[in-house]
Amino acid sequence: MTGHATECLLRMFDQHHELEDYQSGVPRWCTGCGDNAILAAVQRLCRDEDLRPEKTVFVSGIGCSSRFPHYMKTYGFHGIHGRALPVAEGIKMARPDLNVFVNTGDGDCCSIGAAHWIHAIRYNMNMTVMLHDNQIYGLTKKQASPTSPRGTKSNTTPRGSYLEALQPLTVTLGVQNVSFVAQAVDWIPEVLYDIIAKAYRHKGLSFVRIIQRCPEWLPNVFEPWMQDPLRTMLLTHEGGLTISPNLSKIYKTQERHDPSNINRAREIASLQDPIPIGILYHNPDVPCYEELRDAGHRRSARYIKVGLDAEFDKFTIWPQDADSNIQPSA
Amino acid sequence: MNEMTAEAAVKPHPRTSKSAPTGKTAVTLSEHIVEIVSDSGEGAQRCGQSLAAIAARMGNGVWTVEIIPAEIRPPARSVAGGSGNRIRLGSGRVTNGGNETDLVIAFNEQVLLGRVRNGELKANCTILLESMWRESTDKSIAATYVQTHDQLVAAGYKVIETPMERECRTIVADARRGKNMFALGMLCNIYSFDLQIAREQIARTFGKKDASVIESNVKLLNAGYDWAEKNLEFKYRIPATRSTEPQIVTDGNTALALGVLASGMEICAMYPITPATSVSHYLSSVFEKVGGIVHQAEDEIAACTFAIGASYAGKCAVTVTSGPGYSLKQEAIGLAVMGEIPLVVINVQRGGPSTGQPTKVHQGDLMTAIFGSHGDAPKVVMAPGTIEDCFYSVVTARKIAETFNMVVVILSDASLASSQQPFTRPQFSEAWLAPPVDQSEVPEGGKPYDWNPTTGLARRFIPGQPGGMHTLTGLAHDDQSHVAYDPDTNESSIRARSHKLAALQKTLATPPIFGDEKGDLLVIGWGSTKGAIEEAVTHLRAKGHKVSSLHLTFLQPMAPGIEEIMRRFKKVITIEGNWSDDPNDEIIDPSNRRYSALAILLRSRYLIDVDCWSEVRGQPIKPSTIERIVLEKLKPREAQS
Repeated sequence: MTGHATECLLRMFDQHHELEDYQSGVPRWCTGCGDNAILAAVQRLCRDEDLRPEKTVFVSGIGCSSRFPHYMKTYGFHGIHGRALPVAEGIKMARPDLNVFVNTGDGDCCSIGAAHWIHAIRYNMNMTVMLHDNQIYGLTKKQASPTSPRGTKSNTTPRGSYLEALQPLTVTLGVQNVSFVAQAVDWIPEVLYDIIAKAYRHKGLSFVRIIQRCPEWLPNVFEPWMQDPLRTMLLTHEGGLTISPNLSKIYKTQERHDPSNINRAREIASLQDPIPIGILYHNPDVPCYEELRDAGHRRSARYIKVGLDAEFDKFTIWPQDADSNIQPSA
Repeated sequence: MNEMTAEAAVKPHPRTSKSAPTGKTAVTLSEHIVEIVSDSGEGAQRCGQSLAAIAARMGNGVWTVEIIPAEIRPPARSVAGGSGNRIRLGSGRVTNGGNETDLVIAFNEQVLLGRVRNGELKANCTILLESMWRESTDKSIAATYVQTHDQLVAAGYKVIETPMERECRTIVADARRGKNMFALGMLCNIYSFDLQIAREQIARTFGKKDASVIESNVKLLNAGYDWAEKNLEFKYRIPATRSTEPQIVTDGNTALALGVLASGMEICAMYPITPATSVSHYLSSVFEKVGGIVHQAEDEIAACTFAIGASYAGKCAVTVTSGPGYSLKQEAIGLAVMGEIPLVVINVQRGGPSTGQPTKVHQGDLMTAIFGSHGDAPKVVMAPGTIEDCFYSVVTARKIAETFNMVVVILSDASLASSQQPFTRPQFSEAWLAPPVDQSEVPEGGKPYDWNPTTGLARRFIPGQPGGMHTLTGLAHDDQSHVAYDPDTNESSIRARSHKLAALQKTLATPPIFGDEKGDLLVIGWGSTKGAIEEAVTHLRAKGHKVSSLHLTFLQPMAPGIEEIMRRFKKVITIEGNWSDDPNDEIIDPSNRRYSALAILLRSRYLIDVDCWSEVRGQPIKPSTIERIVLEKLKPREAQS
């Protein structure tokens, strides 16, 4: 890795970044949309971690939340519906030095991109995945999503949705190689920030489901939880969330939860009332696919030539082979 | 534990080291087509591959075609379950699989019947048929064998019953695992090949195994050789033409994989699919040695988007697939087109639509490669015509992809995939590798899509590059990569992406004409039919017909000068392995006739009345078939049936 020395030099001259170094344009999300809170938390995280904008990539699919990269003054990849994760994996494999974030909605991740979601957890590449879960399709104007609660009235389910909602946390916690699972809500910004920061600092795929309000299509769906703080449960552990005294006074339902306990994590994941908030599962020892694959090498032309010539040798017939064995004519 | 070394096992056998004929005179031939066919798992493919390698080492021209059943373990002794190899041996360079087979070794009569019914054997073909079935304790098997044998004899085939099983049993307990080497020995005798080269080939094939394995295989080889020497009345010799340069002998899929190595690409993302998978098999075994990675994704879409992610981040990647997988990748390919991300997509075509014929050759994906993906999604489409082309096409594709920031589709097919043909060993050139991606700081005001108004080309900013931050999007966008809703921006960005094809077209050379520059009829082809077309043209020209051919490597864009060439011939016809309606069919008339893909492209682009002929039999098109069709087309219109 010849790149390291230059990298260090560059870092010496790094400038400290301000919030505006990460802000690009005025978000076109609706007033009161939970995406705004997520954007604010992420921009704050970038500043606090002093992420170099050119070394940071936000990858998304399609949907309201997938507009996210356009509002970051970093590199961004606003791709196609459901495929944010494999694009992000390709980026990380090619360039493990980049900070990779994924913003994906409930339709993007849990419906059209569900296969990639499952496998992304298994690959466990070092990236932060934010599931913006507002339980509805917004951009296409109100259709039920896999996470819509049963009975949700939408344009495709005018008499109420028929199926029980898919639970993103239980699904994620059921996949081999899961290494970091957390849940946040957009209306407690302090905890949202804290959780995204913990997720960012985890090495491996950190999956954060962010319960997010859609004021346009499902305006009051979380109202009962917002009105009654006791219906929100904060998960605490040593070195875990930083909960201010003020917050503690409001959110009194708390559980001391050991995030290495996957069985309890799965039980908590299936709770819908109270809504659990915090780090459900954390295992820093799961290997990252890009490291298993030894990604990120730089190669010289000579290196390639040597390898290629060795392969050619396996298939080569040298002229002398034939020379010495020409048959006498009959 | 056998102490014998591999070298000792292949030491010249004192009795048979000289292959001088004893009593028999070898008939000199310019070429011969031989095949060996067995139940799956009996090793006929290995026998065929070994024979091809030995022939190539002897200095003979070789083209092999795999005989592949669609199932992994088809029922034993089944007509559709034949597995093996067909090898065309020649004095000079062999460019295609040729016509019907001259000699067959068959391990049972049922797999042989499959070949007979497919019309693969010459009328008076020599058949060396395993005779054990005659004595089968299963009465129905014995009866079927006798009946089939008698029918084949009555039909004029020269059937020679061969006790391969019995002979092998004197050497190994399980003849099923050694009969192929006995057969190889027979073939070495029949074609007067040097046994020492054959022994070395066995040592190479079984190199990683115990010396005793090599020893017993060499014994079987010698036994087969001796048996043929003693019992067969014929012997051939195909004079070898010495090559002065080192030759590579591989199949097309291996050549594609070697091309990936040589191109300097570092990431291949794929999902298993027949007949493309062997590209990734070989690549997986060697790519890491040169710092590359084969990623087996969870599905075709993920394979394509993974490759797109890697390319976007500065390492041009390749994804390898076949028809059904290609269909799944279409939306992602459109994204790469829209984002102007370089990408190489290899499609080893198979029969379609849907699951179609996974192991059979077809050229059915030309239109989907050029026009696939919704909206206007211009991409480059090229097709290798030889095994050698398979290698170089990947190097070229990567170059074009990165120079023009485009998707380049390589259309290979199931025939090239598993055929072997020697080609001159390439000399590595640093120019094959793309120059390092420009990572220098982007000056203030730099635009991520600063389209050149003429060519549509723009410099690309990649993550890590200071000052180049932007969000790539699949939405319509302006030169800043900002989402654009206005009509002018949308149209001008589509123009820019389209003009890149025109810019590339300006750099292409007019393909050479095979034959005279003008004449009565021009055959145009693409892909794996090249060798067969040129062979047919050679024969026709030798008979005095004014026929030439043109092979197109670039299908999108098409090279300049093609129209001028076509206009110098009285008639132009494409020959392709995809569907076209036969104008003589009852329901077909000029207003509803569907043409072959290339014919449609040529007709629409050049306004020339290009005719076509095609077949979709899942078999390589034979030179004799092409000859027959061209002769038919050369007749005045009223005389055509």
